[in-house]
Amino acid sequence: MLSHDFGAGFADPVVDAQAAFRAFLDALANPGTQQKLAGSSDGSAALGRELASTLLTLSDHDTTIWLSPALDVDAVKGFVGFHTGASVVDDPAKANFAFVALGDAMPELARCNLGTQEYPDRSTTIVVEVPALDGGAELVLRGPGIRETQAISPVGLPADFVAQWGENRELFPRGVDLLLVAGGQVMGLPRSSRIVEA
Amino acid sequence: MNAVANYNFAYLDEQTKRMIRRAILKAVAIPGYQVPFSSREMPMPYGWGTGGVQVTASIIGPDDVLKVIDQGADDTTNAVSIRAFFAKVAQVQTTTHTAEATIIQTRHRIPERKLEAGQILVYQVPIPEPLRFLEPRETETRKMHALEEYGLMHVKLYEDIARHGRIATTYAYPVKVEGRYVMDPSPTPKFDNPKMHRSEALQLFGAGREHRIYAVPPHTDVVSLDFEDHPFEIQHFEHPCALCGAEQVYLDEVILDDRGGHMYVCSDTDHCEERREAGHVGVLGMQEAAE
Repeated sequence: MLSHDFGAGFADPVVDAQAAFRAFLDALANPGTQQKLAGSSDGSAALGRELASTLLTLSDHDTTIWLSPALDVDAVKGFVGFHTGASVVDDPAKANFAFVALGDAMPELARCNLGTQEYPDRSTTIVVEVPALDGGAELVLRGPGIRETQAISPVGLPADFVAQWGENRELFPRGVDLLLVAGGQVMGLPRSSRIVEA
Repeated sequence: MNAVANYNFAYLDEQTKRMIRRAILKAVAIPGYQVPFSSREMPMPYGWGTGGVQVTASIIGPDDVLKVIDQGADDTTNAVSIRAFFAKVAQVQTTTHTAEATIIQTRHRIPERKLEAGQILVYQVPIPEPLRFLEPRETETRKMHALEEYGLMHVKLYEDIARHGRIATTYAYPVKVEGRYVMDPSPTPKFDNPKMHRSEALQLFGAGREHRIYAVPPHTDVVSLDFEDHPFEIQHFEHPCALCGAEQVYLDEVILDDRGGHMYVCSDTDHCEERREAGHVGVLGMQEAAE
C-alpha cells in the first residue's frame, strides 16, 4: 500500500514559490552564475530539497515531468501527485521538465523534447542535482546574459557534455535548457549559451 | 488572522503565476522569441497594460520596490492606477525614483537613467508581432520567424526611404535580438532603442490581448534594423528641456496657450525632477522660480 507521508511542501507556498522562481529567473538571465534557491521544502529521503523546491515552483497539472530512476519511486511520485498534480511520463521527449537525482545519469540532451522551429518554447527543461557547482573542470560560457565570458566548473556533468551542449546550441532556437542545483544554489544554462572553452 | 476574504498575493492565482513563470523562463532562454501564454482577464481593459501587469504580478515579491511609468511619467492615470493596484494587492513598496526600483513597469519609454544589474524592466506591449502589419496571418508570421525570413521588414524600411528619403518609422522601430529574432520593442520612441542594447537590466515584455511574452536578458545585442547607406538614427531635439535644461533626453511638447506657445520638457518626469532638485534650471524653469 502507498505510504501517505509524501513529504512537506512549501511552508509559505505563495512567497516561497515566488522566491524560488526569481532564483530560476536570475539563473537563466545570467547564465553560469549561482543564485540562492531559498527552498523551504524539505523534500523527502529520495527527493532533495532543491529538486523538491523546483517541482513545487514550476510544475502543476498542466505540465508533464520525467523522473530519473532514483526518483521514479512511490515516495517521489506521491510527492509529485499530492503537491503538484503533474503527470509523470516515461520518456523525456514527452516531458516539459526532466528531473535528475544526484548520481543518476542526465538523459541525453538530444533524447529530450527539443521544441520545433515554430514553437521552440515547447522544449524540455532539465533540472539536475549535481554534487557541487564548483570544483569540476572549467567551462567558459558566452551568450546573452553574459557581459563577456562566464567561467563555470560544476561537478558531475556527463563526460561528453561539451559535445552534447554544442549540438544543442547548433539547433538554436530549438534545444533544451538546463538548471543545475546543489547546496541550496541553482545555476542556469539556457540554450542560448555557448561553451567557448572546455 | 484577517477573516475578510482577500486577494491572493499580487492578485493572480498561483496556477496562473506558474504558467506565466514558465513562459517567462522560456522567453529568457530564447531572446526575442514570443512565447504564447494563456492571458487572463485583469481588472482593467485591454490596452491599459494587462500583459505588463500579469508579468509584474508573476515576478513580484514582498521585498520588491515597484515603479510604473506611462510615456515616461510617474503621474499619469495608467501609471498611478497600476502602482496603486500593486500597493493594494501585493502590499509592495512603490517609488517614482528609477534608482530605487527593483521592478519598473513601463508603457512606451525607457528611463533616462541607466538601468542597473538586478533591475527588471517590464514593458506593456499592444502588438508584439513586428511583422503583423506586413503579414496579418499568424500562421505565416510564425513561419517567417521560424525560417528567419525577414526580407519583408527590410522592404518596408526601404519603401520608407523611397517615399520619404529616410526611414520614417519613429516608434516601435524593429530590432534584431542577438542576431536571430526580429522583435518589436513595443511603441517606445526609437530614441530609446540604443538603451536596450547590452542593457544591464533584464527586460520582459507582456502583451495581454495578444497572449505573448518575450524577453531580452542583460548584456544581449539589440540592433535596430537599417541599411549601410541609411544607418539607424535617433531623434534629435534642437532645444534642451525647458524646465531642467537637460540635453540628450527625449522631450514632450507641451502647449502653453492658444497662440502657438509651447515648450519642450523631459518625458521622463523622475529624471527632470531629480535634475531640478540638483539645481539645474531650464529656460522656463527660471521664470517659474522668479515668480
